[in-house]
Amino acid sequence: MANLKELKNRITSVTSTQKITKAMQMVAAAKLRRAQEAAEQSRPYADRMERMIAAVASNLPSLDTAPPMVVGSGKDDVHLLVVVTAERGLCGAFNSNIVRAVRRRVKELRDAGKTVKLFCVGRKGQESLRRDLDDLIVEYITLREVRQLSFANARPIAEQISQMFADGEFDVCTVFYNAFKSVISQVVTDQQLIPVKLPDPEAAAAAESDDDSAVDLGGAIYEYEPEENDLLGVLVPRNMAVQIYRSLLESGAAEHAARMTSMDNATRNAGDMIDGLTLTYNRTRQAIITKELIEIVSGAEAL
Amino acid sequence: MADKVEFELVSPDRLLMSVEADAVAMPGMEGDFGVLPGHAPLITALRAGVIEVEGAGDNPDRIYIAGGFAEIAADRLVVLAEEAVPVADMDRADLEQRVQEANEEVAAAEEGEQRRLADGKAAVLQEIMGAAR
Repeated sequence: MANLKELKNRITSVTSTQKITKAMQMVAAAKLRRAQEAAEQSRPYADRMERMIAAVASNLPSLDTAPPMVVGSGKDDVHLLVVVTAERGLCGAFNSNIVRAVRRRVKELRDAGKTVKLFCVGRKGQESLRRDLDDLIVEYITLREVRQLSFANARPIAEQISQMFADGEFDVCTVFYNAFKSVISQVVTDQQLIPVKLPDPEAAAAAESDDDSAVDLGGAIYEYEPEENDLLGVLVPRNMAVQIYRSLLESGAAEHAARMTSMDNATRNAGDMIDGLTLTYNRTRQAIITKELIEIVSGAEAL
Repeated sequence: MADKVEFELVSPDRLLMSVEADAVAMPGMEGDFGVLPGHAPLITALRAGVIEVEGAGDNPDRIYIAGGFAEIAADRLVVLAEEAVPVADMDRADLEQRVQEANEEVAAAEEGEQRRLADGKAAVLQEIMGAAR
């Protein structure tokens, strides 16, 4: 019977889909572990860099002479938004959340009369943003070929942004990425890169007191070589690369977590669907058998 | 006062080394300097060069860095290096590639500070290569 055959085909196809989503989930779980490790291992560098900058900044004689990356260009007209998304889909609302946040910000900034430029990192963001905001995208970098994210991937991006800032192409730079909060939750985060938000020395000191790497100088003051402003001028661009690296790592971990969760859901949905289909299949089969029996019995009675 | 320096070498990817050493020689931006226990607090930029660690047991004692920063405070020395490789682990092909890259950097650099740094980097790499031969 055609109907029975159709049902059987559907069950087979849903089963193979389930196998694929199950496999994707397991791959994502393995990758997530690696990404999380990488994120953890990059933390010491970022922490110490931040502490150094805080120490240097708290010692600056005045902010007026600080490098432009720290104080900004004195204007607030052109905004550069760096959009960090995934290279692949099938990870739930991961990419669309970022894109939605970016669209909202673009609208706000435009309503306020600012000029907006977009710097896309990752294919998915660029694909959906170019539909309506193509003229705003000034740069697009894809990391599709990258297997294991390393600092060498972040540095060129940071250098390019620094160069654009030096050429006066924008005044304020903000990066949008998915922060990895937990396996089931990713938070869309926007972080201002230029002008740099200097860590508040007091807050840094408070954070340090419960950090075992804290050092007691015993009242002594750091010496600087070269002098504070020059040092800050080298530290700050380097720190930007670190921040970008961190957002790439976070986004990577969050992507795998999102894919894992959504593939888990897909696997479960496929399971439900298979159960439903199997039930219908068995019912139909029984109905056919019953019908055939009735036909035989009533045929025999008629004799 | 402790008689050892706590030496930490950190790259953006991970914590590379954390050892106790008797003394560490560093390639500072404004000249090489040594760090012994009791060094005055200092934050400095580093140029490309070789860090030499003394009295740290089996750990690598000569490490090439491609520039970075150092923080010295209370017998603790933290080096933030973007790239750090023990000299003993660098093989010929790797070195040749680095020398070539450094030379390209020299060619691309503008006159002045940038040029001076690139020149220094190329010179250091040449030297390591010469010693390895």
